[in-house]
Amino acid sequence: MTTTITEARAPAAGAGVSVGNLIRRVARNYVLRRFVVAFVKIFIVVTLTFFLIRLMPTNPVEVYINELITQYGMSADEARNQAAALLAIDLNAPLSQQYFQYMKGLVQGNLGTSFRSKGTPVNAMIAQFLPWTLFSVGVSLLISFTLGMLLGMYSAYRRESVGDHVITTLSSIFSSIPNYLVGIMLVVLLGVQWKLLPITQMRGSMSPGMTPGFTLEFIKDIFFHAALPIATYILTTVGGWTLAMKSSTIATLGEDYVTVAKARGLSEGRIMTGYVGRNASLPLFTSLAISVGFIVGGSTLIEFIFVYQGVGQLLLNSITSRDYPVMQGIFLIITFTVILANLLAEFLYSRLDPRVRVAGGK
Amino acid sequence: MAAFWHNVKTTLRLLTHNKVGFVGFLFVIFFILLSFVGPYVVPLDRTTKLDEIYAPISWRHPLGTDFSGRDVLTHVVHGGRDVLTVAFLAGAISTAIAVLMGSLSALIGGKVDSAIMGVADVILTIPQFPLLIVLAGLLRFNNVLILAAILGVLSWPSLSRAIRAQVLSLRERDFVEAARALDLGTGHIILREIMPNMASYLAVSLIFAMTGAVYAQVGLVFLGLVPLSGSNWGVMLQLAWTKGAIFYPKALPYILSPVLAIALFQLSLVFASRSLEEMFNPRLRTGV
Repeated sequence: MTTTITEARAPAAGAGVSVGNLIRRVARNYVLRRFVVAFVKIFIVVTLTFFLIRLMPTNPVEVYINELITQYGMSADEARNQAAALLAIDLNAPLSQQYFQYMKGLVQGNLGTSFRSKGTPVNAMIAQFLPWTLFSVGVSLLISFTLGMLLGMYSAYRRESVGDHVITTLSSIFSSIPNYLVGIMLVVLLGVQWKLLPITQMRGSMSPGMTPGFTLEFIKDIFFHAALPIATYILTTVGGWTLAMKSSTIATLGEDYVTVAKARGLSEGRIMTGYVGRNASLPLFTSLAISVGFIVGGSTLIEFIFVYQGVGQLLLNSITSRDYPVMQGIFLIITFTVILANLLAEFLYSRLDPRVRVAGGK
Repeated sequence: MAAFWHNVKTTLRLLTHNKVGFVGFLFVIFFILLSFVGPYVVPLDRTTKLDEIYAPISWRHPLGTDFSGRDVLTHVVHGGRDVLTVAFLAGAISTAIAVLMGSLSALIGGKVDSAIMGVADVILTIPQFPLLIVLAGLLRFNNVLILAAILGVLSWPSLSRAIRAQVLSLRERDFVEAARALDLGTGHIILREIMPNMASYLAVSLIFAMTGAVYAQVGLVFLGLVPLSGSNWGVMLQLAWTKGAIFYPKALPYILSPVLAIALFQLSLVFASRSLEEMFNPRLRTGV
């Protein structure tokens, strides 16, 4: 250790060398390297989406003018004047200048202000909408992951039984139907045809006049509003988890250490939880991170169907009105969620499975 | 000739061996016939008939009528062509790119490998569906080819990772070593030595890429973000939603039709993949 320090200090006279040294030390540290890679990825995604979004045809001013003309019957000139006064955005500034302006704000954690809701910071908008998406997606993922593991293990243990056939068939059916179709069917059947649920009241993320807090009333209310999105997410994802867990369990059951455990006379329950279950669930944890990204990204469709005020709904609105900063902010936040989920999964995995823990990971 | 018939017989036996897979396969063929031959049998009638709005199921209208009194069955028949075309093209494009990128990455290695995998990594990081929404606005795809191309170009990364891993393991096998010793060239090694060994995997991947393309394109159309017009299951769904048919109890057959068409097509693809997997992978065959 001492030798490396002296080696590092000796050529430190030149600044370039010490930078190179820093890079080398970062590259050697596994955790730090992961963070640097994640940071670079976020930077690339932000830059790409910044230019992509601004390349979209029709800009926010045009959209607004069209809206004024079609909805309020204004003349073209009137609409143009009002749009110019209300929006007051300089879209003629060179893109590079806008880009650097944006990045400057971003470094300070400022996502800019919305074009349409004049003066509302994007940070505040995301803070208002994101929790609902994270809540609904998080709860459903938790339930469907747990349920899938249990059903998958049951199927694997009772292979070729009636229960296994029912579970496996239903799993493959539900996991291959697009989630928005399931959502539409829930609205149509439960809400309109059978009138079991008051779907119009269930819209939104909470009832008007409800004060957030740790009260039973509030918790009941948010679950009431999130019930249909959650049900849709669970119905369409639980099958995937079940099938994955089933095949993973079957593979684990054939392992030598399970045979040894049986030979040692350990109880069936102990083998199931401590030997089979723990090992079989390992590969599922990596897919967990990927599915977080997929569901949050696909939440647009589900939130549109149930009129749930989440980040997907906000994204859709901002895209139709070409509200660049809001779109940009949501892209950033979803990307960030995906990357964070991946990092977490990786660390979680190395904690759960000592075999993949990086050699000498200090 | 005899050899040919023998081949056909073997193929059929393999196809019918997995019952679920065979049913899926038959349904896929049914959907292809329905969408590509059906339109010639059932003419499209776009005229509005105000006296027949949301007519119930009858012999004249086996699936009822829609919000302007048009026959739903006719629209289901005419609405599949674009969905199937986009699905197949997008699946083929993404699988082709994935094979190319994955195998190049594995065989050349070094800088090429890290470059390709880096690009794949970045594409995987960008939220797919929101990105599609932006691209939908960007290109205004009026034609299905561009839509298919975009879907294909966006969905190769995860498959190419898997292909890279497979090629990396196949590369070490004796037959590849032998081919390399004979100096048969990278093209020959990829196409003649490695790909046939991955055929079952590729067939299944193609099918899953197709289901992904169906999901994305119908989703985009449903949100009203792709200005596709004419008959299309996605457009039917979108119109059912925007015209309020969803909240009209008598319109059930009209809403169910595109939903079931899409869901059944997805299901039959997934089920058919099981038969394909057995067909291309001799190791999975049992007792044939």
